[in-house]
Amino acid sequence: MAPPAQSQRSSSPSQPSGKSEVSDLKLQLRQLAGSRAPGVDDSKRELFKKVISYMTIGIDVSSLFGEMVMCSATSDIVLKKMCYLYVGNYAKVNPDLALLTINFLQRDCHDEDPMIRGLALRSLCSLRVANLVEYLVGPLGSGLKDSNSYVRIVAVIGVLKLYHISVSTCVDADFPSILKHLMLNDSDTQVVANCLSALQEIWSAEASTSEEASREREALISKPVIYYLLNRIKEFSEWAQCLVLELVAKYMPLESDEIFDIMNLLEDRLQHANGAVVLATIKVFLQLTLSLTDVHQQVYERIKAPLLTLVSSGSPEQSYAVLSHLHILVMRAPYIFSSDYKHFYCQYNEPYYVKRLKLEMLTAVANESNTYEIVTELCEYAANVDIPIARESIRAVGKIALQQYDVNAIVDRLLQFLEMEKDYVTAEALVLVKDLLRKYPQWSHDCIAVVGNISSKNVQEPKAKAALIWMLGEYSQDMQDAPYILESLVENWDEEHSAEVRLHLLTAVMKCFFKRPPETQNALGAALAAGIADFHQDVHDRALFYYRILQYNVSVAEHVVNPPKQAVSVFADTQSSEIKDRIFDEFNSLSVVYQKPSYMFTDKEHRGPFEFSDELGNLSIGGEAADNVVSAQRVEANDKDLLLTTSEKEETRGSSNNGTDYTAPYDSSSTSVFASQTRMELEISNPTSAGHAPQASLGIDDLLGLGLPAAPAPSSPQLKLSSKAVLDPSAFQQKWRQLPVALSQECSVSPQGVAAFTSPQALLRHMQSHSIHCIASGGQSPNFKFFFFAQKAEETSNYLVECVINTSSAKAQIKIKADDQSTSSAFSTVFQSALSRFGIP
Amino acid sequence: MISQLFVLSQRGDNIVFRDYRGEVQRGSAEIFFRKVRFWNDDGEGDAPPAFNVNGVNYFHVRVSGLLFVATTRVNVSPSLVLELLQRIARLIKDYLGVLNEDSLRKNFVLVYELLDEVLDFGYVQTTSTEVLKSYVFNAPVMIDAARMPSLGPAAIFMQGNKRMPGTAITKSVVVNEPGGRRREEIFVDVIEKISVTFSASGYILTSEIDGTIQMKSYLTGNPEILLALNDDLNIGRDYRSSYGSGAVILDDCNFHESVQLNSFDIDRTLTLVPPDGEFSVMNYRMTQEFKPPFRINALLEEAGLLKAELILKVQAEFSSSITANSILVQMPVPTYTTRVSLDLEPGAVANTTDYKESSKRLEWGLKKRLLVDLSILSVQS
Repeated sequence: MAPPAQSQRSSSPSQPSGKSEVSDLKLQLRQLAGSRAPGVDDSKRELFKKVISYMTIGIDVSSLFGEMVMCSATSDIVLKKMCYLYVGNYAKVNPDLALLTINFLQRDCHDEDPMIRGLALRSLCSLRVANLVEYLVGPLGSGLKDSNSYVRIVAVIGVLKLYHISVSTCVDADFPSILKHLMLNDSDTQVVANCLSALQEIWSAEASTSEEASREREALISKPVIYYLLNRIKEFSEWAQCLVLELVAKYMPLESDEIFDIMNLLEDRLQHANGAVVLATIKVFLQLTLSLTDVHQQVYERIKAPLLTLVSSGSPEQSYAVLSHLHILVMRAPYIFSSDYKHFYCQYNEPYYVKRLKLEMLTAVANESNTYEIVTELCEYAANVDIPIARESIRAVGKIALQQYDVNAIVDRLLQFLEMEKDYVTAEALVLVKDLLRKYPQWSHDCIAVVGNISSKNVQEPKAKAALIWMLGEYSQDMQDAPYILESLVENWDEEHSAEVRLHLLTAVMKCFFKRPPETQNALGAALAAGIADFHQDVHDRALFYYRILQYNVSVAEHVVNPPKQAVSVFADTQSSEIKDRIFDEFNSLSVVYQKPSYMFTDKEHRGPFEFSDELGNLSIGGEAADNVVSAQRVEANDKDLLLTTSEKEETRGSSNNGTDYTAPYDSSSTSVFASQTRMELEISNPTSAGHAPQASLGIDDLLGLGLPAAPAPSSPQLKLSSKAVLDPSAFQQKWRQLPVALSQECSVSPQGVAAFTSPQALLRHMQSHSIHCIASGGQSPNFKFFFFAQKAEETSNYLVECVINTSSAKAQIKIKADDQSTSSAFSTVFQSALSRFGIP
Repeated sequence: MISQLFVLSQRGDNIVFRDYRGEVQRGSAEIFFRKVRFWNDDGEGDAPPAFNVNGVNYFHVRVSGLLFVATTRVNVSPSLVLELLQRIARLIKDYLGVLNEDSLRKNFVLVYELLDEVLDFGYVQTTSTEVLKSYVFNAPVMIDAARMPSLGPAAIFMQGNKRMPGTAITKSVVVNEPGGRRREEIFVDVIEKISVTFSASGYILTSEIDGTIQMKSYLTGNPEILLALNDDLNIGRDYRSSYGSGAVILDDCNFHESVQLNSFDIDRTLTLVPPDGEFSVMNYRMTQEFKPPFRINALLEEAGLLKAELILKVQAEFSSSITANSILVQMPVPTYTTRVSLDLEPGAVANTTDYKESSKRLEWGLKKRLLVDLSILSVQS
């Protein structure tokens, strides 16, 4: 019996044929319900199959609930399973009817066959009906103690299901601590693995409201638990191994011997045929050795061969997952694959998504020694019949050129592309030549000679046309025909559909005018007139602006529109190293595939069971000072904003905010926009804090010791703090994980303090004047959370503080960790006195 | 943590749909299918195996024309989910003998039963055919394997079917033979994918072999099996210089988790207790120089303004005692090609030629091996 081959569209529940068939089924089920005739089970099976096939294609068969339950009194296990499947699917929408099933499910939970017990327990917990939870506790409790491991396996996940239906019932029955006991003592590794999964989920969810849960969550990555799991690693199934390895990657060994012990133990996991196990192992290796630079490099060498094997051995989908990871590794260690570049040559029958990643890899591994071979290969692809790949290949050549290896030869190749006379090749090559000129103006002579020969009529794609027009404007003094080509383009203004092109045309005509006024005057007049009459707002505005500024003063206009330019050193859409580090921290997750950190594509509560360091992982780092830099740059860059097009889609997707306009020394500026989002994600004990308003955004002055000089610290007799303390977020994060809590206190905030607490920022400034620096903050009224750090004057001894302030109760919870434990209470005094002075003028 | 798992037919129908956590809306299959179907409209080729729509992550693998899809809201390990989907497809194949839309539709209740045991609340429980045998009670409904189009060795090069063994074994692992007796047998296939690029002048530019040793076990009682590989097998490139010709040098390899490598370093023997069903014992990769089995030569001449003539030669480079079956030569032609005529060398037997207008591709099939074969193809545009 097959599900009817019905398309999605016609499967709506209201469909008449579906309805009549459902009522037909209802009748037949009724007839069979009471029957004890021989062979009745077979007829039931056929009917049940029909019901489930309707369910699968989306026909609503919930009206059969009663009949299905009546028929479920059977000893036929296949029938039982189908019935459980049905009940699990519809119980949620029929809570009253679901009560009918409780009876037989509870009875089955005591069956002598462990299989039936397990099945019944699983179905019972899958009902997802809140008012039935009281019936779950008993069977779950005995299930966890069952002598059969299958039942225990099911029961452990059952506890997690219960937790999702009713937190209080689950916690009140003390199930989490039973799971913890099972995890550390059960003989069956699948029971252990399920306990681990369940506890991670439960404690992560609880941690925001319960100190104890957060401690329990931390305890999962403590040495005894990690060692206990690692010692049994080979007994786990390959999937459970992945789970354990993810956990181990969070573990911070105290001694380097431990690191080597763990790595030796896991060495052979790198030869596993399952790519998920290998990648999870690699994550452990990389995370463990972060602080040991030499060993870290050796790890890269060691993981190379297994990774390449995975790329070539699995299905294309599996290769894709692995290749994405290679890409992030190359970003960190550019030399690891530089002699293996041939592995990334595309094969003719690979799907597009694999080829595209391979092209990215070829771009990333290109260096002095292999650029020639790689570019030669890429040029072969440019003539490929597969047009998307041909385009990608040309872009890859351009990217390599922008990396500065062997630019000379590459420019020649790009110019050859322009002469290939294939419209898409020309289009891509034009965009690249334009970017190349922005970075290497010295090549203008060679390029312009070729570009000048291209007829603008053969260029149709807006991006390419815009690039051509930009070059015409920028280099009009070197191109004989530039004013006339522009003039003819202006004449066809109305046929130009792309606003981007028209904007560029306006600017180019202006630039040309400043260089060759007599020849361009006509075109300029026509362009401005057409522009002002343009229906597109931006085009209209720009034309009007040019017109007025020309009226005002021509030399000012020239200064604004065509100032002397500096070569671009880093394109604004290059991903910041901050983002790359975040992605690296989330190795072996979708972040790597999407090339963006998880906060950009997942909701907080779904960030994964392994997100232990959530609060720290989402540290927000912002700088107000940097924003000013950005705007200053933008003026200088004048029309640059329209020409940022080396951008690959996926890069801009991740960083299409104006916050990414940055130059190298001001890395932090690029994250300011992300930071304002991240900040929202900060875990805070207020469950309603989901919809943060943007005004919660707060900058952190002088985070990296950039601008604003800090006010001198008022001297404290016991402890002097350095006013210029510097600690980067990753170091903070690492320390916070490693150090024990030295002091945990609650203190009250003065009423003046609460009154002054108009925004978290006010407090940050205040604390900074006491040489206590904020590294991250977040939350919304009344709960705010801050991470501070301070350093002892003339000594690099750090103090780390987590401070949760509740403005309605005027209380502050303080947790202090310190490099030097003995001085932590002295520091606590300083901190509290600083806090108490907040709001007092 | 997987939220839903479903299998779609080529046309986008749900064949099975299992919701484990109720976190993703019910219409996800439709959203997914529409996205995949129209992905190429932006000129971006096939949809990647993992993508995100409104906070829901969709994973899919294509196997035998079916789409195996998983959804989740969590930032999970992509290779874990993709490996799992692939494994589920193989598991179903172990049970049904043949995996295709027809067999899946006939056995969808069995597949539900399997999916119930493989994942619980989105967490993987087991994917071992062996373990699942004791939990799964539906008997597979077999479809007539004889009606299946035969999968020649070329099928292994086809996307998604990469691991299909040449000797298409289409027997279910769990079903007894009609006589009620089981045949004690185990199939071992060595499948190698050889990739060679020749320059226009016939030089080898790149060459590599990706191989896999695949087993499908129908043995009862889990006996231990020894698999001896070449004595002169070496792993790692360091050996390249120190060994003369003849020695096989693998760049790298990996093994199934059931494989014990205790004596591998001494006598190149793998010890394993094969689990039921199909699995790869070992995957390997080599870039050592080797003699490619075929050489291919192309000679292109312009025969007039709008006409080009191409002579394609394929030459077998292995001993005449070996037979090669079902050779297929494919060649893409430019999109603006209007007409193609194909001529075979006189006397060529059992050859087929075909021009696929829709995909602009020439196909030349050869039934048996050839020493020197010659074909003249003229391409006109």
